[in-house]
Amino acid sequence: MTSYLIRSARILGAEPADLLLADGRIAEVGSGLSSAGAEVVDAHGLIALPGLVDLHTHLREPGREDAETVESGTRAAALGGFTAVHAMANTDPVADTAGVVEQVWHLGREAGHCDVVPVGAVTVGLGGERLAELGAMADSAARVRIFSDDGRCVSDAVLMRRALEYVKAFDGVIAQHAQEPRLTEDAQMNEGELSGRLGLRGWPAVAEEAVIARDCLLAAHVDSRLHVCHVSTAGSVEIVRWAKSKGWNVTAEACPHHLLLTDELAATYDPVYKVNPPLRSAVDVEALRAGLADGTIDVVATDHAPHPHEDKDCEWQAAAFGMLGLETALSVVQQAMVDTGLLDWAGVATRMSTRPAQIGRLSGHGRPLAAGEPANLVLYDPSVTRVVDPTETASLSRNTPYAGRELPGRVVATFLRGTATVLDGKTR
Amino acid sequence: MKRHLLSAGDLSRDDAELILATAEELRTLADRPIKKLPALRGRTVVNLFFEDSTRTRISFEAAAKRLSADVINFSAKGSSLSKGESLKDTSLTLEAMGADAVVVRHWASGAPHLLANAGWSRSSVVNAGDGTHEHPTQALLDAFTMWRHLGDLDGRRVAIVGDVLHSRVARSNALLLNTLGAEVTLVAPPTLLPVGVDGWDVETSYDLDAVLPKTDVVMMLRVQRERMNASFFPTVREYSRRYGLDGRRMATLQDHTIVMHPGPMNRGMEITADVADSQRSVIVEQVTNGVAVRMAVLYLLLGGSEPAIGGGEE
Repeated sequence: MTSYLIRSARILGAEPADLLLADGRIAEVGSGLSSAGAEVVDAHGLIALPGLVDLHTHLREPGREDAETVESGTRAAALGGFTAVHAMANTDPVADTAGVVEQVWHLGREAGHCDVVPVGAVTVGLGGERLAELGAMADSAARVRIFSDDGRCVSDAVLMRRALEYVKAFDGVIAQHAQEPRLTEDAQMNEGELSGRLGLRGWPAVAEEAVIARDCLLAAHVDSRLHVCHVSTAGSVEIVRWAKSKGWNVTAEACPHHLLLTDELAATYDPVYKVNPPLRSAVDVEALRAGLADGTIDVVATDHAPHPHEDKDCEWQAAAFGMLGLETALSVVQQAMVDTGLLDWAGVATRMSTRPAQIGRLSGHGRPLAAGEPANLVLYDPSVTRVVDPTETASLSRNTPYAGRELPGRVVATFLRGTATVLDGKTR
Repeated sequence: MKRHLLSAGDLSRDDAELILATAEELRTLADRPIKKLPALRGRTVVNLFFEDSTRTRISFEAAAKRLSADVINFSAKGSSLSKGESLKDTSLTLEAMGADAVVVRHWASGAPHLLANAGWSRSSVVNAGDGTHEHPTQALLDAFTMWRHLGDLDGRRVAIVGDVLHSRVARSNALLLNTLGAEVTLVAPPTLLPVGVDGWDVETSYDLDAVLPKTDVVMMLRVQRERMNASFFPTVREYSRRYGLDGRRMATLQDHTIVMHPGPMNRGMEITADVADSQRSVIVEQVTNGVAVRMAVLYLLLGGSEPAIGGGEE
């Protein structure tokens, strides 16, 4: 196995140091390290972060291999600096049995670009009617700990309560897609002045906030763990902040696009900006940034959602919800949080690696960059800029909302247990 | 140079007044024995309808034919569930056939915008109603009708009554009437006014009786069948009592006030038969004026080398 000597990397943005990676671990951290036979990586000017962990990725396989495969999605993940991604359950067939989650887990191992951690469905077929075999998925080789019907909300209060209770047996967590279904029938974009003008059916903030409030109360009542997916409104941030102030076991994620883009983009009627939950107002963006900065929002998760061209090259109302995220997440976080002074690089590491690994109960990820720890890390150059070109994505799909936009930063290298999955900005 | 008519909000006051003046000239054609001009001879106008609308389609068809354009009717009816031929492929087909103008009616808000801006086609696009977004030629024919009855619209009060939330007619009228200097009041139960309507630069009211005596125009909107059982209001009868225009309410109008409706009417619901058929009603005239206004729009978009109508060039 190749050893790597990383020269002069700024660990979490601190003063430059060398890292020696050997046998899948960080062997040594210090200055002026030398090691015969190790491949030297010049990391002068680069930031070193623990390998990023995504709690919310749609890899589309099995079922929609025209949009993404485990291989292509995890390659995109590695290029984005990720060493582990949680694969959402809304595949076809749905990941609601031990068999499907193990299949996805195996595909991830074969691809080898990053660890694939399957998320199990909460209910059979995402139907919202009866619990899937959560225990079987937890006990499978995939060791599922996060359960979610993402794409759909577990809106039945009794079912949500039972799910929260049941997963306590194996330290699981329910990741809720908070969307009151009746308030959002055929909803197309954020409900506000613009939805009225554009004649697009509104997706009101209250439809998210009401479910989050209910779920926080349920989680407290049964003393279980709740994770709130893709928080998108200022009101949701307030509710999560309140729940945390009570000491309840509630965590939350925000997506990069909700930290940077606003609903004004819907005025183009270009469905590349159509996403669920929808892009919100500038006030919401500010509140999400503040919540992420103060720890109310624990993590950034991509909600990477590939779609084939024909599902986006059509009328807004007919188009699919979702946008790519893996290859641009760190750049967007730099622009929205670091360059604005809201977070330092240590803060980014907490929100994109440490906390998501803790929530997903991944012992080998989100660890400090210190001797003896698993060698999962990313080297990132924050000083360069690039114009996003959708034809250059590793993802099979092209639906990036940042096409033509200038973003800061570039992932130079990613290491998974000491193996370079990305070097010089290219997958190996 | 602007080539499309996508939104009533794209029209400057000069654009709108030129259309109205042109429509006035073209309207006289209806009184001649031979109702035809050679202005658009050799040009092709496609009526592309993804949603049924016999009235709007025949109005555009008559307008184009009276200007001697070749007219192709393309009915690509489909729903969001069964898309059938996609908008993109249809557009590429029409482009290949050499359409000069595409008049599009679509169930999806923004579809004409997409057609004009996606780079699929070079035709001029005329929005003939998209989803719950806009219907600019309806607003133009409404303004034309008001203008013929009341003269200059500066300071005139127009009440638009009913399902504003789902109405493309209301949106386009609010935009165009603002441009022309009229004062618009939207009257509806709170459930049928869009969130954020306070940003529209119009007045709103929940009380029809308070608005009627002051207004110069009452425009009643159709209430779609599918709204009737979706809790926007308790019952059809209660809606009619609170927001319907009947003889009693009509008696509170000023003498010169006109009553309008874009059609088709639900007689007995938003408007009673005695009002619809009264001397104040200009509903049939709206249909006549629709042809003249659409002739003016097509003529100005396609006729001169310098079309005067605003549109969505971005």
